[in-house]
Amino acid sequence: MAQVKLDAVRKVYPNGYQAVVPTSFQIEDGEFVVLVGPSGCGKSTLLRMIAGLEDITEGTLSIGGHAVNDVDPADRDIAMVFQNYALYPHMTVRKNIGYGLKNRKVPAAEIEAKVQEAAKMLNLTEYLDRKPSQLSGGQRQRVAMGRAVVRDPKLFLFDEPLSNLDAKLRNQMRIEIKALQRRLGVTSVYVTHDQVEAMTMADRIIVLNEGKIEQIGTPSEIYHNPASTFVASFMGAPPMNLIRAQIEDGQVKINGGTELMAVPAGWDSGEITLGVRPEDAVLDHSGAVPFEISIVEELGAHRLLHGEMAGQPFTVHVSKEVDIQPGQTRLTLNPSTLSLFDAESGKTL
Amino acid sequence: MTDITQAPPRRRIRWSVLLDHAILIFGSLFMLLPLLVVFQMTTMPDVEVIKNGPQLKLGGELGPNFDKAMYKASGFSGLNTGTRMLYNSFVLGIGFAVGKIVLGMMAAYALVYFRLRFATLAFWLIFTTLLLPLEVRILPSYEVVQKMGMLNSFNGLIIPLIASATATFFFRQYFRSIPEELVEAARIDGAGPVKFFIDILVPLSKTMIAAMFIIMFVFGWNQYLWPTMITTDEDMYTLVRGIKQITQDLEGTNIPEYGRANLLALIAILPPVLIVIFFQNWFVKGLTESDK
Repeated sequence: MAQVKLDAVRKVYPNGYQAVVPTSFQIEDGEFVVLVGPSGCGKSTLLRMIAGLEDITEGTLSIGGHAVNDVDPADRDIAMVFQNYALYPHMTVRKNIGYGLKNRKVPAAEIEAKVQEAAKMLNLTEYLDRKPSQLSGGQRQRVAMGRAVVRDPKLFLFDEPLSNLDAKLRNQMRIEIKALQRRLGVTSVYVTHDQVEAMTMADRIIVLNEGKIEQIGTPSEIYHNPASTFVASFMGAPPMNLIRAQIEDGQVKINGGTELMAVPAGWDSGEITLGVRPEDAVLDHSGAVPFEISIVEELGAHRLLHGEMAGQPFTVHVSKEVDIQPGQTRLTLNPSTLSLFDAESGKTL
Repeated sequence: MTDITQAPPRRRIRWSVLLDHAILIFGSLFMLLPLLVVFQMTTMPDVEVIKNGPQLKLGGELGPNFDKAMYKASGFSGLNTGTRMLYNSFVLGIGFAVGKIVLGMMAAYALVYFRLRFATLAFWLIFTTLLLPLEVRILPSYEVVQKMGMLNSFNGLIIPLIASATATFFFRQYFRSIPEELVEAARIDGAGPVKFFIDILVPLSKTMIAAMFIIMFVFGWNQYLWPTMITTDEDMYTLVRGIKQITQDLEGTNIPEYGRANLLALIAILPPVLIVIFFQNWFVKGLTESDK
């Protein structure tokens, strides 16, 4: 178990492409941190640099207080779970799990005991003598997990481990991984492009975009107080509504008309972007904001109303009890739930 | 119960299937008949063959001809018996195949997994040697072997031939199809370059190795020109070359030893055929399967 510290770590590929701008953050002992972002945002590069599979161009990476920039992956005392499992196809599950220990010259009896223990923890005991090709996707994923836990490493690294599984299994494995990490208390870094995984599993989320950190925070902070329009639209399904609005006379207005909330004195007038979570907009016939519903999306437990507000696309999330048809209605927006962003930079105001 | 009066469906003759089979049968006969003629002649006394030519009946000379073919020497030293030549052929075929596979695999491993400065250039250099088969460079090769004092030895027979662009190429393509993550997982698991090669790469490549072995074994077994140049001692003769030695008796006034020569020819065909038959599944897998 260990603390991971990145100090101005930067990655430039030989072709000159800067995958990660100088980045600093710290992961506490036992913490589960999720790196999330769209493809190409540098999250995998960052993880691979922590693993030692990718050279660090500049900056210092330390694990457990020691700089490990030049330490071989095998000697960093880490374990990694890959997206496509990366099991050795010709070895049985037992050998797959034990291979890392065997290479570290652990006595055979001890390997066997540890493999048994890991297999028991992951419900793999009856599959120990099978080859990976004889296992289902979920079981293969568990073997990959077994290979990681058996070594008792200081740090777990997960590289989109669930993206090859079907939706149902993914939900189940998500819980299993989280529970396992809790039980073992091993510091973990988890990379995913799936914001649901990020929200549900993380102690802290790091949102990345184009090689730089957009925001670091707990899932709740990220969801409720996004630092930028990028974070606002990336986290949450359906994403936060982002509409054009203006500040005029100390008031936030849409379409120059409806007044939504007051802003602190001294704010400049001008264009801004207003963020509203779909579930924070309340249907209200006497509300201030007109809303034209064009499509009602039935999702069982709740409904999504897609339509237009002030000429801009807008989505409202209502519970299943609300029976509503397409057409004209009105909304109330609670000022405390609104997010305001700079219209140009997209940063929160 | 409903009454069962329905007539069984008439078997339709599918002409396309029939035609396919006719073509295959014709092709097989075309290939097999000469072999059957050869086999027939091995069972007849030599005098009978020279008098009547090939016939439809089998004779009783198979046993004696087999004894002659396997245990009687044809040269002066009495060393080049059939068994000795068979042994030499096996050493050449296996040495040739194993040598090419080991060398090709290691070259491909270096080319694919190590960031060599001129890896691509090196690969294409190796690849262009395909344009220079043994026959083109046979005189310089001979001179080198001769100067190194390797004439009339298995080393001289095998070592100059085992550098193989074909094997390197096939293994390179195969290694490139192995997912990168496997290499990375092994690195994290603490497997160094040698361990990765032996523990992961070699077992993964076993179908490919089998396919290569078949091709290379047959290729080595059938070598004629090179053994003829490198080996002059009769106890180093290979089967393919020894048969020629026997058929040389056809000249002159002796009764040619048809039975013995033909039987040796059949024996020379057998090992490659058996290897292909036994390993054909692996062979097909090795050359077609790439999803590892």
